[in-house]
Amino acid sequence: MSRHANSHSSRQGLPELTALGGLGSSFTEFLAHTQRDLLPDPTATATSAGDLAPHATTIVAVTCPDGVVIAGDRRATMGSMIAQRDIEKVYMADDYTAIGIAGSAGLAIDLVKLFRVELEHYEKIEGFPLTIDGKAHRLATMIRGNLGLAMQGFVVVPLFVGWDLDRKKGRIFSYDATGGCYEAFGFHSVGSGSVFARGSLKKLHDPKAGVERAVQVVVEALFDAADDDSATGGPDVQRRIYPIVMTATANGVARVSDDKVAEVTASILERRQRSDEEARR
Amino acid sequence: MTQPAFYVSPEQQIRDRADFARAGIARGRSVAVVRYKDGILFVAENRSQSLHKVAEIYDRIGFAAVGRYNEFENLRIAGIRHADVRGYAYDRRDVTGRMLANAYAQLLGTIFSSVMEKPWEVELVVAEVGDKAAEDRIFRIAFDGSVGDEADFAVMGGAEEAIAEALRAQYEPNLPLRLALICSITALNADPRNADEPLTVASLEVGVLDRTRSQTRKFQRFDEDAVAQLLNPKRKPARRTRKKASPAEMDAGGETVAEPPSSVDSAQDAAGDTASRPRKRAPRKAGPAAGEAAEQ
Repeated sequence: MSRHANSHSSRQGLPELTALGGLGSSFTEFLAHTQRDLLPDPTATATSAGDLAPHATTIVAVTCPDGVVIAGDRRATMGSMIAQRDIEKVYMADDYTAIGIAGSAGLAIDLVKLFRVELEHYEKIEGFPLTIDGKAHRLATMIRGNLGLAMQGFVVVPLFVGWDLDRKKGRIFSYDATGGCYEAFGFHSVGSGSVFARGSLKKLHDPKAGVERAVQVVVEALFDAADDDSATGGPDVQRRIYPIVMTATANGVARVSDDKVAEVTASILERRQRSDEEARR
Repeated sequence: MTQPAFYVSPEQQIRDRADFARAGIARGRSVAVVRYKDGILFVAENRSQSLHKVAEIYDRIGFAAVGRYNEFENLRIAGIRHADVRGYAYDRRDVTGRMLANAYAQLLGTIFSSVMEKPWEVELVVAEVGDKAAEDRIFRIAFDGSVGDEADFAVMGGAEEAIAEALRAQYEPNLPLRLALICSITALNADPRNADEPLTVASLEVGVLDRTRSQTRKFQRFDEDAVAQLLNPKRKPARRTRKKASPAEMDAGGETVAEPPSSVDSAQDAAGDTASRPRKRAPRKAGPAAGEAAEQ
């Protein structure tokens, strides 16, 4: 088998034909075997260069009886500078799962891209998708592969959510930089504003409320995070840039429209404004 | 003696190898790949629910094969890897059906002419759906690596000629999905081996590349229920949970015919009664122009 490993190039790009030999249906392993250079390189030599590249910030997620809702703000920072106002940090991973990323933006977006191909690749080769636990563990392995870079400041911390087709419920998985994967129940947040967001989620989260309410909760939690964390972007009403919110339910993953998020944001702003005025009176 | 006793001329060798591959392919049941209004339809005679002859390769690219299972399964996986690496390294739009058909052709051609390996007993179709019907492509790759670009449909497998002829007699461009499916099933029934026992929903494998799907991945496999539903829109679905149902495909089933025919065999009537497409009751013989390219 191994003697074939690099022989595919002679056959006009079609990779080796033998499906056996431990390659299985993982896209990442296949790339590592055949085109190592396309994979993220964990062996960079700079030390503590965390401010070199944009940093993505806060992601929040809550479960509800119909599934799970995930949201992320739109800011990326480089040190104290705002690198981007409209970065997208929440992505659909496949039909039933979504992923939000905090940490070094370039690496994180690349990781999401690889993870999406990984899931699709498995599904196409095997004919059926991975279970949600399988997907979560696969992501953990990919994060662990980034440990070398994480120690130099390029940390990638995702939040992975999805609808579990077997157990018929929404699930949340959080990660640390070493690839530890932890299931969270009810709600979770990651990123620089996560402390403030988590305080907010703790009070607002209602496990029995519907998707509609869950959307309001995540948007408000991001609002609270942006209120106290300079690296988290608040709703940018002037430019009409709002958090990205996605729901994962039995019908699959769907993005909540900007108009809907704008409406939710407007009602939060109005309520906050009123209570603020009353407090100062 | 100038030549060893076991000398075989190159011409004879190639002929023998081709005969060997053809015989292997002819043992298999057939697959029809047919263009319809919204894309490309794959219909295979396949009694196995899990060993597929029709598969998804990439966003807009589907794959169908006949012949030896382990061989075309290897080709399918190689194609998926090739496409996924391309799409990951460059962009998803940089993966094309033509590229994949070429790669398969190179590979099969090399194997066919290599004396060390037995020729592979497979025949493939790589189909690609475009944004517009004019951009749809059906490539057919034979066991020896020869590639053909088919205009309307491709038929591969055991009773290829009989089926292609039956399909040619019924096929029209821009058929709605349901009629294209009925057409294909009727054609597959032209296989003499199916003379006693016509195909049922359970012995079919059906998939489509549907350009109207909202997802980027345009391939969709229809399970037994979905096929039955499509053939007979008035039938109550057995289960409500269809995986990956999108609004685009939900209405695909019921769009066409006012009066569903009672069986697959009444395809002719159905084709004439299409409500959505005003046209004359065309003569059944479409003539050779429609499917000239489908011959071996």
